[in-house]
Amino acid sequence: MTAKISVQSVTKTFALGKDMFTALDQVSLDIADNEFITVVGPSGCGKSTLLNILAGLEEPTSGRALVDGVPVSRPGPERGVIFQQYALFPWLTVRKNVEFGLKTAGAGKAERRERAQHFIDMVGLGEFADALPKMLSGGMRQRCAIARAYAVNPSILLMDEPFGALDALTRVKLQEQLLDTWSQEQRTVMFITHDVDEAVFLANRVIVMAARPGRIYDVVDVDLPYPRSEDFRLSPEFAALRNRVWHSVYHQDGRTAAGSGTSLPSPATARS
Amino acid sequence: MAVISDQTARGAKPRDRAGGRRRARAGGLPLLLNAVSVGLGIAVWWALALAGLKLPTPPEVVAQAITLIGNGTLGKDVLASLTRVLIGFALGTAAAVPVGFLMGWYAVVRGLVEPWIQFFRTVPPLAIIPLAIVLMGIGEAPKIFVIFLAAFLACVISTFQGVVNVDRTLINAARVLGAKDAGIFARVVVPASTPFILVGMRVGLGSAWATLVAAELIAAQQGLGFRMQNAQLYYDLPTIFVGLISIGILGLLMDRVLLLAERKLTGWQERR
Repeated sequence: MTAKISVQSVTKTFALGKDMFTALDQVSLDIADNEFITVVGPSGCGKSTLLNILAGLEEPTSGRALVDGVPVSRPGPERGVIFQQYALFPWLTVRKNVEFGLKTAGAGKAERRERAQHFIDMVGLGEFADALPKMLSGGMRQRCAIARAYAVNPSILLMDEPFGALDALTRVKLQEQLLDTWSQEQRTVMFITHDVDEAVFLANRVIVMAARPGRIYDVVDVDLPYPRSEDFRLSPEFAALRNRVWHSVYHQDGRTAAGSGTSLPSPATARS
Repeated sequence: MAVISDQTARGAKPRDRAGGRRRARAGGLPLLLNAVSVGLGIAVWWALALAGLKLPTPPEVVAQAITLIGNGTLGKDVLASLTRVLIGFALGTAAAVPVGFLMGWYAVVRGLVEPWIQFFRTVPPLAIIPLAIVLMGIGEAPKIFVIFLAAFLACVISTFQGVVNVDRTLINAARVLGAKDAGIFARVVVPASTPFILVGMRVGLGSAWATLVAAELIAAQQGLGFRMQNAQLYYDLPTIFVGLISIGILGLLMDRVLLLAERKLTGWQERR
């Protein structure tokens, strides 16, 4: 069986003034159907670049990314993307935001309304369906963005640090809701984060990346059953895995990978 | 009076902080202050006139206004001036919006058009009048042309800025939701730049109005500017005052209409 997503020796370099910066160096990765992958790593490790390549928003310098065996060259409806900055259209209500992709897909008015309503209810924004984004909190905005991505019925969800801008309490809540949603509507998920707890809590498999050049450093299987809740978060198994991933992220090659004063990434790559 | 509205404004605050502040702003107190200020201004004017400065007193100006309205002169002048400014402004805006969009969207158009816009921006529209009169005669055409130019230049820059400033993330969000270039343009770029266009229109209208009066001062047989120029020959100060006040009131009214449109169309913006 072919993998749902197959990243094959993808390299991505950027020109930074006179220098070349290698955001991704020969990255290869297979993701199975309905797998929930989290990618964690220090700034500048190319995790967002990898996601953008899969989304079709950036092109690899060499190598290729396949989705369902077909090389990715542009965005497509089978790949939903959720951005850290929510990226809701501020002039549209929650409902119209969720209907946006359905409209581009040519769905009729009644169908749009029905599908949008379903996903708005699913993320618990029923009461706010006709509110503008400016009236919503950060967590509500991200839930709206999740509903919007789900509405076009993608088989893959690409999430770029979606909860990164939220406070810790909201984040924990949204993680649980996301897993709830995911168990109702199974999708292949690639979720980028810089939060080790979040990475372990959500994933079947955690991909740890390293920077300079951006590459896959470690892969940690999280072979623990869903549904996962608070009990799981407080369990010794979770702690053991988290410690393992933590070590992988913060002690790459024996040096401190993240937050080191001597190897700060250049500004252009700060949002990896 | 002042005490009462002060209390209402303060009393409204604790109920709902954001709403209360808005209510206080829209409520009686500022309006009252505006009225007091206008009353004081008129009083100062009156005092100066009585003190021997060569100014007409407010009653003289009112009497002259009644005469000019009675014999139809003021009505005809206002109509002539408004017609010019509205035609010039409408043409200027109608040309500026598509040109601004094209400049923002296509680097080639920008490269071709920008030097001309930057050049003409540094030339006051009034400086074009002698040339316009020589080329277009002394009819309506040269006056409407310079007004058109003034409105166009103000609005085109603002529209262009609006397009350039559209958040990349919103464009990417639209792309991953399946929107193609035309859809991105109509459903993201246009609404996102509306606030900029409206600001440009307001600036353009102010600039059109300023140019109009000056154009009429130089060459016209009718209009508020002409009337004032004519009155100057006869040392007719009350007519000059009627003209000045009419110009101010009309300009203010037109600006309010645009402000209202702006509130209606861009209420989705998050105001800081």
